Amino acid sequence: MPLYDHNRGDIPGTTIFDGKEAMKGYALNKMCFSFNKAENREEFLRDEKAYCDKFGLNDRQREAILNKNVLGMIAAGGNVYYLAKFAGIFHLDVQDIGAQQTGMTKEAFKAMLISHRGA
Amino acid sequence: MAKIVGALTTSHIPAIGNAISKGLHEEDYWKPFFQGFEQVHAWLDRVQPDVAVMVFNDHGLNFFLDNLPTFAVGAATEYRTEDEGWGLPVLPPYHGYPEFSWHIIESLVEEEFDIATCQEMAVDHAFINPMRLFWPGKNPPPIRTVPVHVNTVQHPMPKPSRCYQLGKALGRAIDSFPEDLKVLVIGTGGLSHQLDGTRAGFINKEFDLMCLEKLISDPEALTHYSIDELVELAGTQGTEVIMWLIARAAMTGRVTKVHSHYHIPISNTAAGVLLLENAA
Repeated sequence: MPLYDHNRGDIPGTTIFDGKEAMKGYALNKMCFSFNKAENREEFLRDEKAYCDKFGLNDRQREAILNKNVLGMIAAGGNVYYLAKFAGIFHLDVQDIGAQQTGMTKEAFKAMLISHRGA
Repeated sequence: MAKIVGALTTSHIPAIGNAISKGLHEEDYWKPFFQGFEQVHAWLDRVQPDVAVMVFNDHGLNFFLDNLPTFAVGAATEYRTEDEGWGLPVLPPYHGYPEFSWHIIESLVEEEFDIATCQEMAVDHAFINPMRLFWPGKNPPPIRTVPVHVNTVQHPMPKPSRCYQLGKALGRAIDSFPEDLKVLVIGTGGLSHQLDGTRAGFINKEFDLMCLEKLISDPEALTHYSIDELVELAGTQGTEVIMWLIARAAMTGRVTKVHSHYHIPISNTAAGVLLLENAA
């Protein structure tokens, strides 16, 4: 395994954003980085598909974006810090995307977080 | 000569910025978190530091993957805030101290830390939220700042052992600046949390409490972890504890704990605060 591949499958449910992921996800992450600017967020909302094309997203990245599928974006090389900027366009916070990724309701996800307090 | 008066570390969760803007301090969800800062405010009032060296990680505001330094030191007269994409307010810029920045840059490079330097830098919630927590209502606070950015966006991230050494070098750099200044070293991020993947929502209270204890008495113990081990034990974003380790390692004198606080959860994160005083 090359040194730039940190994903050895030993941490469940986790993709380490390493060089391999960074190569795979560059276009997707570059598009999401552009969402720091309000005019880019507006341009995306006017024509989502055209905006994806402008950044050269591959089919897998494009499908994940159009479906707002966070696990799909991560599988396509997305980095969560940039994806959070995409989520922000739709006013989704990290608990919304946590709930989506774990298949829980947001309320159940929040209850799970509180349960970490323990006894 | 400049003197390090303490190290102050906190989580920097984006939601904190919204809670401050909306004045949610007394709400049930937020009260136990904000109460953790009362003793910090009293200490800052008493000690009145002149400069804050701010160790933090950019989350894709100033740096993108086209050009991502592992370590970068700001050397600007001011540090602006910008739209991060999800609604935190843009605030007036923070005061810089470029002469002190360049002294630190020279000293670090002399010690073979080949850092990037930035004469312009936008700072994100990892810088802003701690400032708003420590100096409430003061935008910007009456303190000059030197930002030290550490990459935790993309692996390979700097090893905890290297971060510890960087902190040591940072402490020597600060101590050798020939101005009478009280310097506070701030580290932001953590504690355990994971935003991405089916493991999202992971928190490890036992590991966090161990870190809080070791940071006081035996910070070198944390240098034995690899970054991948930190991901496993503290979550993908829990690696930010390296910012705390750098701030702690910068302390050069006899270290005593003034205050610590730990609260689960704020947003997806276990939120911690630690204030250490540095006696000569």
